Amino acid sequence: MRKVLFIILAGFIWGVSVSDIYAAKKITLLNVSYDPTRELYEEYNKIFIKHWQKKTGEAVEIYQSHGGSGKQARGVIDGLDADIVTLALAYDIDSIAERSGLIAANWQQRLPQKSAPYTSTIVLLVRKGNPKNIKDWDDLAKPGILVVTPNPKTSGGARWNYLAAWGYALYKWNNDQAKAQEFLKAIYKNVAVLDSGARGSTTTFVERGIGDVLISWENEAYLAVKELGLDKLEIIIPSVTILAEPPVAAVDRNVSRHGTIQVVDEYLRYLYSEEGQEIAAKNYYRPRSETVAKRYQDQFKPVKLFTIDEIFGGWQKAQKTHFADKGTFDQIYQ
Amino acid sequence: MATRTENPWIRRTLIGIALLYLGLFIFLPLVVVFYTGLSKGLAVYFQSFSDPAALSAIRLTVLTALIAVPLNLVFGIAASWAIAKFDFWGKNLLTTLIDLPLSVSPVISGLIFILLFGAQGAFGPWLMDHGIKVIFAPPAIILATIFVTFPMVARELIPVMKAQGNEEEEAALTLGASGFQTFWRITLPNIKWGLLYGVILCNARAMGEFGAVSVVSGHIRGQTNTLPLHIEILYNEYNFTAAFAAASLLALLALVTLFLKSIVEYRYRAELKAAVRTENV
Repeated sequence: MRKVLFIILAGFIWGVSVSDIYAAKKITLLNVSYDPTRELYEEYNKIFIKHWQKKTGEAVEIYQSHGGSGKQARGVIDGLDADIVTLALAYDIDSIAERSGLIAANWQQRLPQKSAPYTSTIVLLVRKGNPKNIKDWDDLAKPGILVVTPNPKTSGGARWNYLAAWGYALYKWNNDQAKAQEFLKAIYKNVAVLDSGARGSTTTFVERGIGDVLISWENEAYLAVKELGLDKLEIIIPSVTILAEPPVAAVDRNVSRHGTIQVVDEYLRYLYSEEGQEIAAKNYYRPRSETVAKRYQDQFKPVKLFTIDEIFGGWQKAQKTHFADKGTFDQIYQ
Repeated sequence: MATRTENPWIRRTLIGIALLYLGLFIFLPLVVVFYTGLSKGLAVYFQSFSDPAALSAIRLTVLTALIAVPLNLVFGIAASWAIAKFDFWGKNLLTTLIDLPLSVSPVISGLIFILLFGAQGAFGPWLMDHGIKVIFAPPAIILATIFVTFPMVARELIPVMKAQGNEEEEAALTLGASGFQTFWRITLPNIKWGLLYGVILCNARAMGEFGAVSVVSGHIRGQTNTLPLHIEILYNEYNFTAAFAAASLLALLALVTLFLKSIVEYRYRAELKAAVRTENV
């Protein structure tokens, strides 16, 4: 009995004493991000720590949290103590600003290029040899094709997917919104599995082998090909697709409470530097820097891109018409 | 023993179905877990535990269990003692409340704590002003685990205590034993098997809980991930070997507790039989 008590006590002391959360002073940052950026920020954090050490002599430690973009925004609103948010779409950072006041409303103007240091786009991932001969968005609406995409209600990536297809339909049918809705209805009729996040959809398609085509972030598609086999998958770039701009922002109130203003500012700005851009490109995000883009031009094929502002009048409006209660998504997917 | 009247074929079929079911749903998945974990060799297997994020997850899981289990042990003894040995107003209500965490979905259990301690919740703003981190930090994980494992010990003990009745305690008290002596020398030895079983169940759930902990954790790598959450992350990172290595650690834990339980049962089977006999009276 006494021995048992001793073991419990010893274990308890060990657990408490080494808990990082109570560790001595060191600057620590928390970057709350969405699903596909795990590999990107793991690498970026390493070089930023070195950069900050060289610049100021201070040691900084960076923690990561990943999940569906909408869910992560909700977490920050509920008190997840983030210094930095790097989410899938501006609307999610807007909701943090709106619902909690933790971020200043003008956040998107504080950094260059609408606070999106890297971009991506939406592509189609098919099985090797493209057995169903999928070439463009049209093929997704054909009967008998099984499509995998996440749920736009919970996943940021899924919303980009949806809007990319919608935008294509507008190009094709001369801005006919009703035609576009019909087109999307045909695609979503073919959806085999509607996961809650982008990473979940990727594992459904790649690991579980479900579906003929995955609508996916370009970076996520490249990563899947790299991790799971060049002999199994093929990336198809559609004729027209959307320019996805995943934004970054400092969580102002948390930052001033933690006293991390300078380091957070540098963390975000360094993303735009040559080194930061290089890491983004290496992780299959399209860099903003032209010199870096030139170096990776084989990887990122030129493609006709439209922005959400051009076609949908910004995220607030797109969210309201398409993904809010009784929006177009609710109408086509019942 | 009653004479067997069933057709031997029926018996064999029934046994066959049970074994097939067990093999298919319990044994096979267990084998897959260990097989995948070890598929890249022992070196890779052990390497997946030396990763700082994995170590931190193991640490937090152990810490959570070490706080939740003793607290629920004390509560479980107190509650079952009160319910089994005394009559008081509201006893049925207490019994029902103890069962509540078992009937509520773990997601709800987690959301309760967000509503209480979240930044938009009842106590959240006050806690934040005073620099106390509860939600998305270890305290919330520990609280959620306590909530979920709350009934484990008490539920095991109540039937055992009820079966034993009050006679032995009453005799001890008449002979001049103090309340504490009665508890330590009479009640505790009588319930120790039930207690052990309750603690094992409680511990298994505390270390394995996913739903409620996932809601309140915030998933910060190296800080607020428990072992089950860490496994999910590894899996989503295409790191299947490491995910299954960590999963095998949890499975191993379950096997070890079962093994310990069998050893204890084997060594004390005489006492156990006696206990069962009194329970059946």
